[in-house]
Amino acid sequence: MEPQARILKVLRRVTGKEISPAPEESLFLSGLLDSFALTDFVSGLEEEFGVTIPDADLSARKFDTIEKVTSYLASKA
Amino acid sequence: MAYLRSFGTWLPSRRVSNDEIARLVGAMPEWILAATGIEERRYAAEEDTVAAIGLRAAQNCLENADVAASDVGMIFVSSGSSERFCPGPACQIAAALGLTTTPALDIPVASAGSLIAIAQAAQLVSSVGRVLVVGAEIMSRRVSLTPEGKNTAILFGDGAGACLVDAEKGFARIADSCLYTDGSIAEILTMEKSRLQMDGQAVILQAARKMPRAIGQLLARNGVAAADVGVFLLHQANLNLIARVAAALKAPQERFFTNIARYGNTSSASLLIAADEWHRGRSAPLEGPLVLSAFGAGLNWGAILAVPV
Repeated sequence: MEPQARILKVLRRVTGKEISPAPEESLFLSGLLDSFALTDFVSGLEEEFGVTIPDADLSARKFDTIEKVTSYLASKA
Repeated sequence: MAYLRSFGTWLPSRRVSNDEIARLVGAMPEWILAATGIEERRYAAEEDTVAAIGLRAAQNCLENADVAASDVGMIFVSSGSSERFCPGPACQIAAALGLTTTPALDIPVASAGSLIAIAQAAQLVSSVGRVLVVGAEIMSRRVSLTPEGKNTAILFGDGAGACLVDAEKGFARIADSCLYTDGSIAEILTMEKSRLQMDGQAVILQAARKMPRAIGQLLARNGVAAADVGVFLLHQANLNLIARVAAALKAPQERFFTNIARYGNTSSASLLIAADEWHRGRSAPLEGPLVLSAFGAGLNWGAILAVPV
């Protein structure tokens, strides 16, 4: 499965919605994520991708779009 | 051994509703309630100072324990909002209690200072005698009641709390504690030029991860399941954050005592005010351990485990 599809899978699990946001769509401005949901999203990404996301990286800017999340995870690989 | 002996509180009489705040900051009262869980907060009178309100909470705490100030071996005062940085309110409170040789130290750590003080008191109490911990904050003077200051103005209130840590007796024995500091992201929560600067979203993100992790690690190393904890007493920062901590720990939310709806976020006083209200209001013996936890400027955070005796 492609990274974007796996990110989407985590996002759907966290939001509980069958959503398909565009890669560059803001997950915060669209109301899909808020500060509280982002912590679940990050935990889900850690589990799905087998990475550790340090607390210092917990910024809405880094996880605002599927595209940014994809780039961030690629940098952790 | 170190025990939680008593708590105390002092709150201003002036109640400030969400309607009043909403008019000043250009927000809807309903939004304030939904975003924070706060219905009203208290504001200190113009003549009040951090030391003055801290003193009242300290006196209330000593009365509740039936302990004379002269029987206190050390004082810690936590405040991020004191009028003067140095010397801070600790020496003023000690002097007002009639203590002129008792060590009295300030812990200027907004929101987490009273937790740090109790954890330190537990380490010191066997050598210095009873330790009086005070948290006092007048946050209303550190926020901007304008549309620009909306995100912090809606949150904060004024108040003071206190806790007496005793080496010989109390209702719960302090069994363990953990404290952490991460200064690499300290800029998200600062008090500069008399104004609170807070990146609320970043603070929530950090707190929502760090607090449950600290509590979870503390419980695990003591062989206690979160579901078996009798009561969780947390810094009253945001009702949604407390719910998030409960969910992360998979602990029943009703075990988390909250009073943020009535007092708002009183920074480092909030843990002690919540503890006092819970302690005064409980009608039955505690059925399980007690957990205190806070998160604040620094970033500083941690947790304390106490077991009923």
